Amino acid sequence: MPEYLKEILGIVHGYGEGFFGLMLWTLIWTVVKIVILLAPVLFMVTYITLAERKVIGFMQVRFGPNRVGFWGILQPLADAVKLLFKELLLPEKVDKSVFFLAPALTLVPALVAWAVIPFSPGIVLADINIGILYILAISSMGVYGIIMAGWGSNNRFSFLGGLRSAAQMVSYEVSMGFTLIPVVLLSGSLNLTDVVNAQKGVWFVVPLLPMFVIYFISVVAETNRSPFDLPEAEAELVAGFITEYSAMSSGLFFMGEYANMILVSFMGSILFLGGWLPPVAMLSFIPGIFWLAFKAMFLLFVFLWIRATFPRYRYDQLMRLGWKVFLPISLFWIFLTGLCMHLLGMA
Amino acid sequence: MAQNFKALVDSFALKELAQGMAVTLRHMFKPHITVQYPEERTPQSPRFRGEHALRRDQAGNERCVACKLCEATCPAQAIYIEIDPLSVAEKRLTRVYNIDETKCIFCGFCQEACPVDAIVLGPNFEFYGLKREDLYYDKAKLLANGERWKKEIDANLEADAKYR
Repeated sequence: MPEYLKEILGIVHGYGEGFFGLMLWTLIWTVVKIVILLAPVLFMVTYITLAERKVIGFMQVRFGPNRVGFWGILQPLADAVKLLFKELLLPEKVDKSVFFLAPALTLVPALVAWAVIPFSPGIVLADINIGILYILAISSMGVYGIIMAGWGSNNRFSFLGGLRSAAQMVSYEVSMGFTLIPVVLLSGSLNLTDVVNAQKGVWFVVPLLPMFVIYFISVVAETNRSPFDLPEAEAELVAGFITEYSAMSSGLFFMGEYANMILVSFMGSILFLGGWLPPVAMLSFIPGIFWLAFKAMFLLFVFLWIRATFPRYRYDQLMRLGWKVFLPISLFWIFLTGLCMHLLGMA
Repeated sequence: MAQNFKALVDSFALKELAQGMAVTLRHMFKPHITVQYPEERTPQSPRFRGEHALRRDQAGNERCVACKLCEATCPAQAIYIEIDPLSVAEKRLTRVYNIDETKCIFCGFCQEACPVDAIVLGPNFEFYGLKREDLYYDKAKLLANGERWKKEIDANLEADAKYR
């Protein structure tokens, strides 16, 4: 962090503590930090919807939305207004508390996990030493919201979608977790800042390319994105666990899905693609946060690219891929990484 | 054995997935094929069968001679005609000429049946009604259509004349 920024912060802190008192000021300052962190995230969430429709449209030789504002740039605004003003339908036999808690429980973990993402050296909300574990733990919470949505809706489609989603997310979390272990082995730390710093010489995507591919495919499944969007397979399950949701409550599910996508893209860039490090030292005049954002955007583009390319998996194929392909490969690669490190005397 | 091994390697290298993604990436940079309708339009054949119109001859009289062939041939029975009892035998006229556009299937048989090219299906497909009654066309509306689309209808008939 530059010196002048530190000085300004010091002055702000001084005034704040003098005016509000230390306890209240700590609270206010935390809220300010959260807003500064989450406002861009939510902005990205709204605009990734437009990007998705545009990219898929272009790949299908169409235009995508281009009526609302120049080049469709105001489309997310129109969608948000539509979602907010639609009627919130409450089916008669739903379990109300579970039904309304579920969308919040899908969105909140996707936002909470941002706390440990380092955007640049020193720019991180909570620089805790178990960042990777924290993110794994928080992202596992997301499945509760989906199960609750499936259960609380009192609808067969929702229930099946919820169960599928639970099984899918649990299965792929295993292989995703295992792909992260070689990264932890190589960097020797669970702190995300340290993980990035360990990639100064060579990004982890080079020695761990298969792990990166498996990580990416696993998170596509983890975020219920096409081609693994079986929980909401509209051909079989209407809309899966979202069937009974309307207006902004279903909008929250979508926001959760997109927030998760962005989160795992940032995670992937930090763990494998060198985070804020530029590809060559010459380009280091561009601030690190732009590099990180650029890499994450690329991964997000690949998400959309995959969606535009592949048809949906069958459910048994999905399970087979997770348990019988990804799990053995990632386990083997952990072994290989350990062996190489031992032989090269790195550990 | 060697073939199986190659297939295995290909599958682990995600060869076919990469090929598929290359196809979509190539298409991303192709020009769009979308026709942006209100501003751009697809070409229209001179035989296009759109909204009905009744034509007048050069002197401005109605061409229709109330032969009722269109009414008889209409498979949807969308046409209703009453002969004007006051008209003379040399040039009979209609008193009522109604077409129910909600019944019409736009087959064009009325146009084909007409011996004097009076009833035609014009080039206009952008007509609508806010009530059902708006789509029950009477003679005045049909003649007005004929006036409104005269240029296009005449051009289309001329372009298609040698095939009739």
